[in-house]
Amino acid sequence: MNSTITHKDLTDEVVASFQEATFGEATLNREKAIQFLKKNGLPSTKHEEYRFAPITKSLERNFTWRNEVSPSSIKSIDEFLIPSLDAYVLVFVNGAYSTNLSVVNNLPGGVKVKTLSEAFEHEKEIIDQYFDKLVASEADSFAALNSAFWQEGIFIHVPENISVEKPLLILHINDAHQTQVIAHTRILAVIENNSSLNVIEKFDSIGNNPVFNTLSEEFVVGEHASLEYCKTQNDDRLHQVANTVIHQSNSSQVNTFTLTLQGKVIRNNFNITIDGEHCESHFYGLYLLNGSTLADNHTVVDHRKANSFSNELYKGIMDGNSKGVFNGKIFVRPHAQKTNAFQSNRNIIISDSATVNTKPQLEIWADDVKCSHGCTTGQLDEEAMFYLRSRGISESIAKAMLLYAFAADVLTPIKNEALKSYLDGLIAERLHTHF
Amino acid sequence: MSKDNQVLEEITSKEYEHGWNVNLEADEAPKGLNEDTVRFISAKKGEPEWLLEWRLKAFSLWEKMTEPQWANVNHPPINYQEIIYYSAPKKKVTLGGLDEVDPELIKTFEKLGISITEQKRLTGVAVDAVIDSVSVATTFKDKLGELGIIFCSFSEAVREHPDLIKKYLGSVVPINDNYFAALNSAVFSDGSFCYIPKGVKCPMELSTYFRINAANTGQFERTLIIADEGSYVSYLEGCTAPMRDENQLHAAVVELYTMKDAEIKYSTVQNWYPGDKNGKGGIYNFVTKRGLCAGDHSKISWTQVETGSAITWKYPSCILKGDYSVGEFYSVAVTNNYQQADTGTKMIHIGKNTRSRIVSKGISAGKSQNSYRGQVHVMKRASNARNHSQCDSLLMGDQCGAHTFPYIDVENNSARIEHEATTSKIGEDQIFYCLQRGISEEAAVALIVNGYAKEVLNQLPMEFAVEAQKLLALTLEGSVG
Repeated sequence: MNSTITHKDLTDEVVASFQEATFGEATLNREKAIQFLKKNGLPSTKHEEYRFAPITKSLERNFTWRNEVSPSSIKSIDEFLIPSLDAYVLVFVNGAYSTNLSVVNNLPGGVKVKTLSEAFEHEKEIIDQYFDKLVASEADSFAALNSAFWQEGIFIHVPENISVEKPLLILHINDAHQTQVIAHTRILAVIENNSSLNVIEKFDSIGNNPVFNTLSEEFVVGEHASLEYCKTQNDDRLHQVANTVIHQSNSSQVNTFTLTLQGKVIRNNFNITIDGEHCESHFYGLYLLNGSTLADNHTVVDHRKANSFSNELYKGIMDGNSKGVFNGKIFVRPHAQKTNAFQSNRNIIISDSATVNTKPQLEIWADDVKCSHGCTTGQLDEEAMFYLRSRGISESIAKAMLLYAFAADVLTPIKNEALKSYLDGLIAERLHTHF
Repeated sequence: MSKDNQVLEEITSKEYEHGWNVNLEADEAPKGLNEDTVRFISAKKGEPEWLLEWRLKAFSLWEKMTEPQWANVNHPPINYQEIIYYSAPKKKVTLGGLDEVDPELIKTFEKLGISITEQKRLTGVAVDAVIDSVSVATTFKDKLGELGIIFCSFSEAVREHPDLIKKYLGSVVPINDNYFAALNSAVFSDGSFCYIPKGVKCPMELSTYFRINAANTGQFERTLIIADEGSYVSYLEGCTAPMRDENQLHAAVVELYTMKDAEIKYSTVQNWYPGDKNGKGGIYNFVTKRGLCAGDHSKISWTQVETGSAITWKYPSCILKGDYSVGEFYSVAVTNNYQQADTGTKMIHIGKNTRSRIVSKGISAGKSQNSYRGQVHVMKRASNARNHSQCDSLLMGDQCGAHTFPYIDVENNSARIEHEATTSKIGEDQIFYCLQRGISEEAAVALIVNGYAKEVLNQLPMEFAVEAQKLLALTLEGSVG
């Protein structure tokens, strides 16, 4: 389906600003991406994939398009760290990598973590092989926007047989004290055979100006390799479109968890290509929304080879005027026999004016498969409520307990204890379960 | 495995049984579509001025619209100027009894196994038989008349009950609803009209058999059923079509209107020519079916068994406007060879305490593509809306596809919506179990498929259930992946 241009001006502004800018790296990819944007424009709500995410409109209303890194005076990152989490810390401030604030010492032998611009100089081979290959800028206008304008990114390479025990914490700090922030960042991570990596991403804003962030992330997971990925979006200034693409080879394992608590308009495009046999993948997500937050999770699980397993569980609780959107696609290609693919999306609407739009979508071209999806929208179980009330628990606490029980089970797959208790705390705080 | 394939081969290579040509003289409109065609059709049917104007308005809207592209189907572009929009059997007589019907027609029905005489005598079904575009035989009319039930061809209703037509035509499916509905509104040739008066329970199943006959004729049927307060009717629609090499376009519109406490049950068995095993020919079935539960406590139930057509594009929907109204959709869609089906439903919850239920069973074999596309929309004031949807797909063979596109949009926090979908094939263990007990492979598959579709087939009236089971067996026996 073609994109529709809503507001010619924004697309025109974007295209015009590209012509004025100069970029060091990946000029050909950037050129290609801007051509796509020029042709297709940014998506309006007439675009099937952006039917419920009026992000272009929101951008037009809240931002003046500028292609520069906004100034910042951040000195310390302490308040943005996850308590008692022992991790390598990579810091972006307004889309620019901060060497001063980042702490990446004592990496295991051979593991490379550097900025993309450095990688373009020294890691030509891997860059040529993988950079901008997974995120298809022809598929999504915001991916194209990022491919055209990305300012900086992280390059991660884990060679064969290396397990990176400590997680990599990537902080995206947007300092909107002085002006609005528009930032475009990227991640390219290549995990070779028999290796493992744990990545945690966190988004924070300070200041009162609007923040817009596009993110393109490419993860290449080799044979028998594993990836743990966690993203928390708990930033009430944030407009974000994230394109996260994971490519799995034989016998690889991937666990992902996406937590959305706050934001203006949040759009997560999550594409997993299971291009190997005997893979196991778990994708979990939780969106606890209030205020006027709109969170839109679009996931694609593409089974291309036989004998793999995938399980997807996304849950949402909508309060206030919030909108929760979920679209989960499962593709099972003709040769992906013996695939087991499961998907579940469960929603609770608490307030009168919150809405949910969900579209679980199965497309299957192989016959010997087991696939299912389930999707519910409802309220708290009246009987469970009655059970608690009859034991003398007040309505508000009973409600909080049940909501917490509903939400917290998506945390199960997270292995890192410090991360788990941090996320658990966030959820409990939101649901007022301090009793 | 090779034996499976052999059986599969045998079954899937079965040629369409209901293909033949009856030589009836047809009174045709010239090819192509313009205002004159619309005027020609209207004049030919002796329609009043207001209906002609209605058609012309639809035509001018249609001209400005573009063919929808969102469905998960592929076909060469349709040349709307190559279609003959009107063809009527020449012999037009007012019929008092079956003996007056063209004997050739009677033969046609006998070939189809639905002889009117048989039906009339044995099953008590009133048949409004439509060959091509004009209703030729209507039976049991007098008996229904006693109860005040109006059941007649659309053109007759225009003549005899213009007030009802004027009031309800386009009230559920407006002329600008979609491309094919607009096309139908402009050029519809005939169809069925049914009115059940207040408090009347229609004592028999009403039924129409559609056939597409003359070559190159699009079939543009229009059905309007109105159930007045407290009434009930069960309506059957079933179709077969002769073999044809060129694709034929069928764009029907069905409107159901239920008032307070009324219920309409609408059942379809669709077995139009699906094209040969190389995907050549076959009917394009682009249908708009919609029911409006206008009154409180009203109910509309759609049941469909879709086995035919090269391309199906069909979403029988319910608008649940009245409080406590109920919508149901039961569907079995079978595709084989190169058939493509994109079918499902829409349940629009507007009233309070409305309930809907969706059961969709897709079966794909050969190189076919079978999609379920449905929407459950709970509007803001639809408190306590309840929906349960179940969409299962069965795949036979490794070259077909099953797709599910459910849209669930909830704007009210007291709604309870559940959707579940599965995709699988017939288990080797199930087949083994049957074989072990002396049931042949073909019979085992028929048994399992029938069991799989049972939930839907159970909804069909007796007369149809038998036919539907036969159709399922014909299309699918022995297809073990």
